[in-house]
Amino acid sequence: MPDTLAEISGPKPAPIAAVNDFVVKFANVNGSGSASANGLFAKAIIRMGVPVAARNIFPSNIQGLPTWYEVRVSGAGHLGRRGGVDLAVPLNPQTWDDDVKEISSGGYLFYDSTKPLTASKFRDDIHIIGVPLTAICNDAYKIPRERQLFKNICYVGALSWLINIDPAVIEQLLNEEFDSKPKLIPANLNAFNLGRDWAKNHLTPIGLQLQKSDAVGNRIFVEGNAAAALGAVYGGATVCAWYPITPSTSLAEAFTGYCEDFRTNADGSTNYAIVQCEDEIASIGVVVGAGWNGARAFTCTSGPGISLMNEFIGLSYFAEIPAVIFDVQRGGPSTGMPTRTQQSDLLLAAYASHGDTKHPLLLPADPGECFTMGAQAFDLSDRLQTTVFVMLDLDIGMQEWLVGPFQWDGAKQIDRGKVMTADMLEAGAFFGRYTDVDGDGIPFRTYPGTHPDKGAYFTRGTSRNRMAGYSEKGLDYQDNMERLLKKFHTAAALVPGPIIRPASVKTRIGAIYFGSTTPAMHEALEALEAAGHHIDAMRVRAFPFSQDVYDFIHAHDEICVVEQNRDAQLRSLLMIEGGIDASHLASILHYDGTPITARFLFDAIGKRLEARKGTRQVTGKADK
Amino acid sequence: MTYILKPKLHHPSLPKNDLGFTRRDYEGRVSTLCAGCGHDSISAAIIQSAWELGIAPHRLAKMSGIGCSSKTPDYFLGQSHGFNSVHGRMPSVLTGANLANRDLIYLGVSGDGDSASIGLGQFAHSIRRGVNMSYIVENNGVYGLTKGQFSATSDKGSKSKKGVENTESGIDLVALALQLGATYVGRSFSGDKDQLVPLIKGALSHHGPAFLDVISPCIAFNNHAGSTKSFDYVREHNEAVNRLDVIIGRTPITTAYAPGEVREVTQHDGSTLTLRKLHDDYDPTNKIAAANYLQERHAEGEIVTGLLYVDPEATDLHDRLGTTAKPLNQLTTADLTPGAAALAKINASLR
Repeated sequence: MPDTLAEISGPKPAPIAAVNDFVVKFANVNGSGSASANGLFAKAIIRMGVPVAARNIFPSNIQGLPTWYEVRVSGAGHLGRRGGVDLAVPLNPQTWDDDVKEISSGGYLFYDSTKPLTASKFRDDIHIIGVPLTAICNDAYKIPRERQLFKNICYVGALSWLINIDPAVIEQLLNEEFDSKPKLIPANLNAFNLGRDWAKNHLTPIGLQLQKSDAVGNRIFVEGNAAAALGAVYGGATVCAWYPITPSTSLAEAFTGYCEDFRTNADGSTNYAIVQCEDEIASIGVVVGAGWNGARAFTCTSGPGISLMNEFIGLSYFAEIPAVIFDVQRGGPSTGMPTRTQQSDLLLAAYASHGDTKHPLLLPADPGECFTMGAQAFDLSDRLQTTVFVMLDLDIGMQEWLVGPFQWDGAKQIDRGKVMTADMLEAGAFFGRYTDVDGDGIPFRTYPGTHPDKGAYFTRGTSRNRMAGYSEKGLDYQDNMERLLKKFHTAAALVPGPIIRPASVKTRIGAIYFGSTTPAMHEALEALEAAGHHIDAMRVRAFPFSQDVYDFIHAHDEICVVEQNRDAQLRSLLMIEGGIDASHLASILHYDGTPITARFLFDAIGKRLEARKGTRQVTGKADK
Repeated sequence: MTYILKPKLHHPSLPKNDLGFTRRDYEGRVSTLCAGCGHDSISAAIIQSAWELGIAPHRLAKMSGIGCSSKTPDYFLGQSHGFNSVHGRMPSVLTGANLANRDLIYLGVSGDGDSASIGLGQFAHSIRRGVNMSYIVENNGVYGLTKGQFSATSDKGSKSKKGVENTESGIDLVALALQLGATYVGRSFSGDKDQLVPLIKGALSHHGPAFLDVISPCIAFNNHAGSTKSFDYVREHNEAVNRLDVIIGRTPITTAYAPGEVREVTQHDGSTLTLRKLHDDYDPTNKIAAANYLQERHAEGEIVTGLLYVDPEATDLHDRLGTTAKPLNQLTTADLTPGAAALAKINASLR
């Protein structure tokens, strides 16, 4: 990058012009109160009917470290990260250089011009917009804390003029936000207008413009963790045991909030029990104990928590006890990367624990599926009498996404699976705790306390026969292990199947992806298709894989598996469980902790397909 | 251990309790522990206690971790559900089970390795959380199933069977339980059934976290000269502060006591703990004094036994959480699922 203006040559590129299709990135200092102003900015655009994908990129810190908020405005409804920045709002001197470097050529830099900056701090190929935010707020406010807080709303005001945010929408949002603290409404509105009026008097609107639209429809804007927590409420969870860990903490907190609202009886008593435990081991222990005793129970955690829970997860598998674990995946271990997103716990979760174990995983793609799968996980774990994982990641869990409204079938009843009741026992039904009576590998269980003299059994990990009697015989062990495998095959038919997105023309090229990659992948697929790359795509939604997953793989000659981890974990699962040849599955991997972008996918998949074009013509198998 | 099956026929004149059950109806499978193991005496005391209290066996859930002691729930109360869980993690499993159904009685059986080493954290947190349970540690100061390693409750200076002296401080689970907020704390000896049975009965009828440390010599690995957990050592150093009778309901007290010798404590469930004083100055409802007394006697090398502390006004985790009276595992779809109309409101709040 040139160091001084003198070194820069050539004409300035034309300013980027776009309507309802651009990326704005705010750079702030953690704890400075910017989050609510940035949220107001994003929500205002949504209220104007224009789809937005907003991502908060934050440090493992309460105050002082850099934080970013990226708002992707997409009238076309692309909600993944696009890549690139059209308008940067760097308000953190610590990260200024990198923030300025990121701006696309012809893009815009909006900055606080109170203090003059040397020319070397800018670039010649971008458009500079200075607003003296600090000076404006220092004039208007006397209290230092107010000067800082209202500066945030002040820049939203200036931006509103530059990109055409409707001030009436802001006013409406502030009215709703401060419904219970009405004094704050005029104060915030005043700060907003300070910025807006200054911009109006000194600046002209830029090339990035908003236009009212109806592309948002009836969609809602919600975090995956809140959606999963609501799913747990609708799924009938009554016991939640957890230990704080980013990025899953807000799931337990949201569950607490929803339970207070929806599970409190008229007399004040609660239809739920939430325990913040001493660690993740105790959390899963409580869940296993509650599941054993017939309550629907869950914990929420992240990778390090799963590591600690391993022994209990194995016990749940062998002793056949329902448990639900929400794993909000992140980079790890230690601190720092844990506030970044990854899909790197698949293998950890799928084969958690000692001995021969494997566990169903649900792979939601957005908060909408966090809600449905969050509820479904409880039916599945009761039905299968085992641990079921719901694999979120930080990008889904802690970011607000625009998704279709939550829906619930009011006629739906909770499925408790194969539970033998006192009446069944009294009527003489056969009860063998570990006996496969239906051929699906799933035995009946009884809840403790069911019947005075029938149906009691002693729960152990292994070392038991079909009647739950103590046995160290090899044949009994093997018989049990084979039944557990049969049960796992049963699970493959019960978990959500894949969703296939065919190319517009017949092709032998396929792509497999899952989870938070989905919106960026869809956008990349559209762009690849326009560039002549026709790809059938399959979104995997669960493990174990159903037959449809393998059928798709076998129907294509060349497959890219897209994942946000280093070790191609989904690809490994496909190879291990489906016996797929390694050469059949190419990996597209993104694991720097930032959410995968459509531009990255377009480049990576496009390059790979271009590189293999020659090979394909030789074999003559693909693209036919 | 014996491999001879127990006869199924009962002697017709065996006495029956209020439920019409004999003592044998509270038995379990044949023990696989070593002949003469103190743990088997504790199992027998549990059987006796449950029978005397007239507990319907299926209304009790027995939970354990891993180790010799944790195997014992298979050897009593065969009509109760049992759960032999994970090493050191019985307390969390019991907590979860208790949250799921507050109506059952929860008996946690653990050992000194299970509770004082790997499970010290869960021991501590289940007690401070106030889980309504009877938590019995069958304390032999040694790892039996792995053949004789010191456990964390081994006293400093105690010798192993191989003659090695323990150089690490022993953990006193009773002292910890008192500090952590257990509302019923006792210590006993597997060789003193008369003392142990009423202590277990009191624990089972207590509403709150009840903890019993039962010294239970390991005849295979920790019953030699130089051990502070041997039968001989415990008998010589046992200093009981009181003798307990547990009276359920309105049963009149028939034993005659001299005035001033007896202290009665009525618990929430109506049961009365009648304590015959062996030490004039010992007040089992004064936690600080109890803790001091235990420390003083411990320094003298004595093992203080009896009902050491009880809070008759104890509360439990459910009281603190405000959980509904109906067991959570019996709530239905209608109780649990807010429905489509509530969801529409949530959707509206997210636009």
